[in-house]
Parts: sequence; C-alpha cells; structure tokens
Amino acid sequence: MKNLAIELTGIDKHFGAVRANHKVCLQVKQGNIHGIIGENGAGKSTLMSILYGFYQADAGKIDVLGNTYSFTDSHQAIAAGIGMVHQHFMLVENFTVLENVILGSEGGLLLANGLAAARKELTRLGDEYGLKVDLDATIDTLSVGLQQRVEILKALYKGAKILILDEPTGVLTPQEAEELFRIFGALKQQGVTIMLITHKLREIMAITDQVSVMRAGEMVAHRDTKDTNREELAELMVGRKVLLQVDKGPANVRAPLMTVKHLTMADKQGVERLKDVSFELRAGEVLGVAGVSGNGQSELLEALAGIHPISSGSIEMLGVEMNAKSALGPDILRDMGVAHVPEDRHRMGLITDFSASESALLGYHTDPKINSGLWLSKDKVDANCQQLMQAFDVRPADPHLKSANFSGGNQQKLILAREMERNPEILLIGQPTRGVDIGAIEFIHQRIIAMRDAGKAVLLVSVELDEIMSISDRIIVLCDGEVTGRISAESADERTLGMMMANALDSQDSLDPFHSMDKESSTQATSQDLSA
Amino acid sequence: MNDIFLTVLLTLDATIRVSTPLIFAAMAGLFAERSGVVDIGLEGKMLAGAFAAASVASIVGSPWAGLGIAILVSTSLAMLHGFATITHRGDQIVSGVAINILVAGLTIILGLAWFHQGGLTPALSNESRFLSITLPFVEQLALIPVLGPIYKELISGHNILVYLAFVVVPMVWWVVYRTRFGLRLRAVGENPKAVDTAGLSVIKLRYKALIVGGVLCGIAGAYISTAHNAQFTRDMTAGQGYIALAALIFGKWRPLTVMLACLLFGFLDAVAVRLQGVSIPGIGEIPVQFIEATPYLLTVILLAGFIGRAIPPKAVGTAYVKER
Repeated sequence: MKNLAIELTGIDKHFGAVRANHKVCLQVKQGNIHGIIGENGAGKSTLMSILYGFYQADAGKIDVLGNTYSFTDSHQAIAAGIGMVHQHFMLVENFTVLENVILGSEGGLLLANGLAAARKELTRLGDEYGLKVDLDATIDTLSVGLQQRVEILKALYKGAKILILDEPTGVLTPQEAEELFRIFGALKQQGVTIMLITHKLREIMAITDQVSVMRAGEMVAHRDTKDTNREELAELMVGRKVLLQVDKGPANVRAPLMTVKHLTMADKQGVERLKDVSFELRAGEVLGVAGVSGNGQSELLEALAGIHPISSGSIEMLGVEMNAKSALGPDILRDMGVAHVPEDRHRMGLITDFSASESALLGYHTDPKINSGLWLSKDKVDANCQQLMQAFDVRPADPHLKSANFSGGNQQKLILAREMERNPEILLIGQPTRGVDIGAIEFIHQRIIAMRDAGKAVLLVSVELDEIMSISDRIIVLCDGEVTGRISAESADERTLGMMMANALDSQDSLDPFHSMDKESSTQATSQDLSA
Repeated sequence: MNDIFLTVLLTLDATIRVSTPLIFAAMAGLFAERSGVVDIGLEGKMLAGAFAAASVASIVGSPWAGLGIAILVSTSLAMLHGFATITHRGDQIVSGVAINILVAGLTIILGLAWFHQGGLTPALSNESRFLSITLPFVEQLALIPVLGPIYKELISGHNILVYLAFVVVPMVWWVVYRTRFGLRLRAVGENPKAVDTAGLSVIKLRYKALIVGGVLCGIAGAYISTAHNAQFTRDMTAGQGYIALAALIFGKWRPLTVMLACLLFGFLDAVAVRLQGVSIPGIGEIPVQFIEATPYLLTVILLAGFIGRAIPPKAVGTAYVKER
C-alpha cells in the first residue's frame, strides 16, 4: 500500500448561490497517475484551484504528503509540493523560458545568480525526464507542445512532487500527446504523483492508475482504471446511459452540392493560408476536415462562408460560382441555403452581452417572420427563440437570459438551432463540440447525422479526431494550408490521420481530389504498409 | 564658426535642463505602465509636487525639505490612483484625469489661501533653491578647444537634480532588467495571471510600482519649481506630464530609449524657444506652436506604425480580476 499524496476530506465551496463543490473527498496515492473526470461545470477545476490555494474552501480538510494545510495562496501550495499546469498556459509571452521558470522563485534580490542556478537545474531536469526546451527562446516562438513543457518544468523547478494538469492534451496533436504521456511515465518512475483532469475517456483508460468521477459538484465514484471501462465512466459522468459511438446508417450520397477547385487564399499579411485546395461535398454525406488547429481549417470555413475573399480558384455552391473576382457575401450565401456554425462561438457565433433571443436571430434579423414594418417584433423574436430552444433542448429555455449566462453546450445548441432550423442545403460547421459537455455532444452529433440523412451536405471541421472519425463519411486532412490526406472514414485510424496531419505520408502525388472509393482503399493500403 | 558652436552648445544645455523633469516623469510612467497601470496622472502628480516643494521651501528655507514634501505629496496621489484602480478596479484613465483636474484646482486654491499672491508661491531666495554646481577644473580645462567649452557649458553648471536624472536612468534599467523586482514588474504588466499562479501578489506589485512612480514624479515637480524656476506659478507643468507619457510610448517602454525620447522632445522645446521670432533664410519664421506640437505628432506617427512598432505591456489598462 502506497502512501497518500493527497487526501481531501469534505471540501465545500460556494460561489454566491452556486454550489461548486459539496462534501468532496478524494485520495490520491503517491506515484500514481490519477484521473479526474466530469462534465463542464462539475467542479473539477474549482476543486483543483482549492488544492492549489487559488481559492479557499468553505469547509473541509486538505492533507498533502501527510501534513494538513489550509492554503491561503498559491505560494503555500507550491511550498507544500504542488505544481499546476493550467489549461490556458500561465506564461509571459515575451519572456524567455528561463525567466518564466524562475518567476516567483528567483532565489535572491538580483537575477544573475538565480538565472545561472536555474539553467543548471533545468538542464538536469531536462535530461532526467526528457523535457528538452531551448532555455533562451522566448515563449511566443515556441509551439504549444513546447510551451506546455515549460509549464511542467516550471512546476518541477519549484519542487513539485504532485503535478496537476488541467486538460493537457486539448491543444496537442496526437503525436505531441503521445510525447506528453511518455513524459508522464518518466515522472511517475521518479515518484512524481500526477493528477490529470480531462474529459477524454480514451486518455483516462490509456494512462491512469485510478480515476475519480465528479458530477454536479460531488464525487460520485472512484475506480481503479483496470476495473472500469469507457461506457461505465461516461454513464457515471452524465448520470445516465450515453451512446459513445454515434449511431448512423450508411450514407446515401447523391449529387455534389459544392465543388471547390484549386482554392488559394492569402490573409491580410499576404501569407498563403490555403494552397490549391480541391474537394467535393455531396448531398447526403458528412465531410470531415481534420488537422492540427491553425493549419488552414479556420480559413477554409471563412472562405466557404463568404467571410474572407479568396485569392484564386473557385467555389461552386448550389449551382452558383464564387471566385476571386465575384465574391458572395455571407448574407447572400445564407439566403441561398448555406448555413455556417463558426468555430469560435464567443467571437463569431453569438454576442455574449445579448439576450438569447437576440443572439438567436443574428444574421436572420431581416427575416419577415420576426419583423413588423421597420421594427423587430419583440414578441415574434421571443417566440422564434422559444421555438429554437425547444427544438434543440436549450436550457434554461429563457429567451431573455443573457447569452453569456448559458453553459458552453447550451450556447452551442442555440447557435446550431439558429443555423439548422432553417433547413439549409449545406451546413458548414466548425468545432461543434468544443467546450461542450458529453451529454450535449451526443445530442449535437445526432442532429448532424439527421441532417445528413435528410440529404443535406455537411462540412465538419474539428480538431477532435474521435469526432471526425465517428461522424464523417469521408475525411480530408489539412496541413499548412494544403490537403495532405484524403481517406474514407471506415479506413481511417488515429495513426494514419496523425501522419497525414504532420504531412508525413509520402504518397500524396497520386491523390485525386474527386476521388472514388477505390482510390481511398489505396490510401488505406498505404497506411497498412506503414504500420506493418 | 565659434558663435555657431556656442549657440549649439547653449541649445543643448537648455535641452538638458528642459528634459530633466521629462526624464523623471517618464521613468515614473515606465514603472506604472510596466506594472499594467496607465498613469495619465503624471501631470497632476508633478504639479502637486511642484506646489508642495515651492511652498515648503519658501517657509522652511530649504530645498531639501521641499523635495521631501513633494515626494510625499506625489506618492500620496499615486496611492490614491492605486486605491481607485488596483483595489477598486476603477478606470485608470478616469482616475488619472481626475487627479490632474483635482491638482490643477487645488494648487491654485491653496496657494491663494496660504500666500495671498494670486495663486503664486513667494519667490524663493537662493538658499531655498537647488543651485547650479560648478564642477572642478572648469577654468583650467576651458582653454582646451572643443572639449573645454563642452565641459564648461554642457556638463558643468547644472543643479544636483539634473545629475540625479541621468543617474536614475541607468538605475531604472538595472532595476527593470537585472533584479527580482524588475522581473516581476515586467511579468505583471504582461500577464498578471502568470504572476498570480506563481504565488505572487499582483496587487502588492502594482502598488510598489506606483510608489516608485510617485517618488520620481515628486522629484520632477520639485525640480520644476525649486530648481528650474524659483517659485510656483499656476499650471506651471504646462503639459509636461503628457509629453513624458508620449516619450514613454516613443521610447517603447524601455528606459534608455525613453530617455533619448525625452532628450529629443526637450531639444525640440529648446529649439522652439531659440527660434522665437527668428527668421530662417528660405523658410521664414517657423511658428512656435508647430515645434511645440512636434512631440505629439511624432508619437502619433509612431503609433500609426511608421517608425517601427510600439507594443505596450499587454495587460496595461486592465484591472486584475481573479476569475474562475
């Protein structure tokens, strides 16, 4: 029996009337990887913030490595041996790696000695755990994966024996995630305890020793990972049975509704974000666009939705052609039957300060259905919103509530309702389930499949490979603005897609943009060769 | 030839005198803004410092007493700014402007009430002012061509606060880039969350930065009324706080370049004085207002992106809220 690294007993925390944690108990064994899962708002992050001294619990007891503490700030938690890697990195972007690491533990009034000592110590840590980073590089020149390493180094440098990571793989490629898990292994061997907060059940199953499940602010279950499975964990998280696999029949593919030929697009700085992209989107199918975030997927969505003009090539949608000379604005496309659910719902999807009923009519505010003469009819606007909320089960179903006050999942459902309830022919949809809890994910996926089965065409952009693989019928992969892979969903696996996302498959020249199924099977053969 | 050389020397000499308060104030602004607090109240703090220094110096008869009180008053105002913007997360611009307006009125009212001279403080005798210091060997070296006059006219013959200003700049550089406080200062202006999660207090750091700024503004104020001039007159800072802020932006929040910006703006001011009523062949008389507006024009051009890019500390202007 190993000693306990962390023991939490009866932790309570309220924010005003909201009960974020209620009588939470948790035991984490030393040198283990312990997963904590739960839906958004289940209280995971609050609990970890209490453990890290960022908030103070209203009641309860915290033991770390056998001593009882009551942290009033993060400094004390750090001193007790706790390190935290936040979901959004806490790094100063124009500082070097070295400066970021020593911030808060500079070792004296002057920097020179501290910097020299830190350089030595970090080189040692880097060797020991395989955490190599250029110490003199400034943060904004590093990739996300490397920035995360800096966060881990920061915690270890401050003497962390217990490392808490909040959704660490959300921003990583599958390969970077693999590398992170390898680091976890090295840390574990050195006796470091790791607490992993995530909503990805696959990761929990793959790397943790124990797992605790939170729901609605309470701990609902503790399991040894080897004694549980994804279905059970999902059910514990949501409180009811959840279908992890999307239930869908074969696609009934018909004529192409959109044909993209040699699409090239440059951004405002003149950098080419999309290079010679060609593909077809047909009625009755879901085309998935995979890739590491920032490889042209956002730009593709913006080009297709008419938000950003293209440089060359053409897009033919529903019989109308767009090219560099004749661009169609989003309003015209919307009228034609092209709906767009943007990737970033806070930036483009809705206006957080607007009420739900106002956000529910963005883009459709000229619709005669909700206008009377020059004025918007308030009653009709509310009725419209009420109807959308009912159709997509948005909770709470209050049209007057501010958009910001809905959970991420419900905001997303409201946007989907707005775009999908008008029965568009083509649906462009970006990151439909980002920051959305597992129950809502199931619902959203079902609605997307329903659209497909109704003979509409869906273009799905997502960084979640699981999502791409389970929803799509065909998949294209973007890397650095180019199509680096085309594959049918049934022949796709994570490894192949990962290679395509890194543009590491070399049989690209034979790819036919308007591929038939036998071309796809040849790609499949390539992937099998590679894994053999 | 010799005449032109001497004119240039005297203009540069004036540049140094005019730039001194700008340098102190801009360094004050540097600390505040590097910590993430916009300090548009530099003007008000300088003016308050100038009034306090002149008042106390005229009563006590010592410029040092005046300087001490100026620092005290200016720092108190900085704390007021901190209380409004750091503790209570008020708008930083509004608080700064409020301080400027408050001080502009208060100095006149208190001046009238205390000294009955129409808002002025009594003229200071030499004993209650910071006087010029003649450096050693001036006469002996004066005969050396070029270097002699430079030493005599440009380097020697300033008061102690001028020399202090040029000592302060490298000190600020050293503090900002070579000390623990400097590292934390730069971090808190860029990403206060990183500072908070490292277990440091964002609030304490920002207050510390404002205290340093308050001290420097106090010195700037005392210089204006008890070194550069010999009494307090209403609104005597005449927008120098804003010029210092412009120099801070022009110098991209870096101590040495900010000092150079202050010297440039000071030089323009000195030239403007010298060119008053002078007709330049081929151009005619240059309106003084044009030269006086040049620092602002240059700053606008810089901000528009024509001379490199001025990227402010990322968190400047926003109060820190610990969020869920």
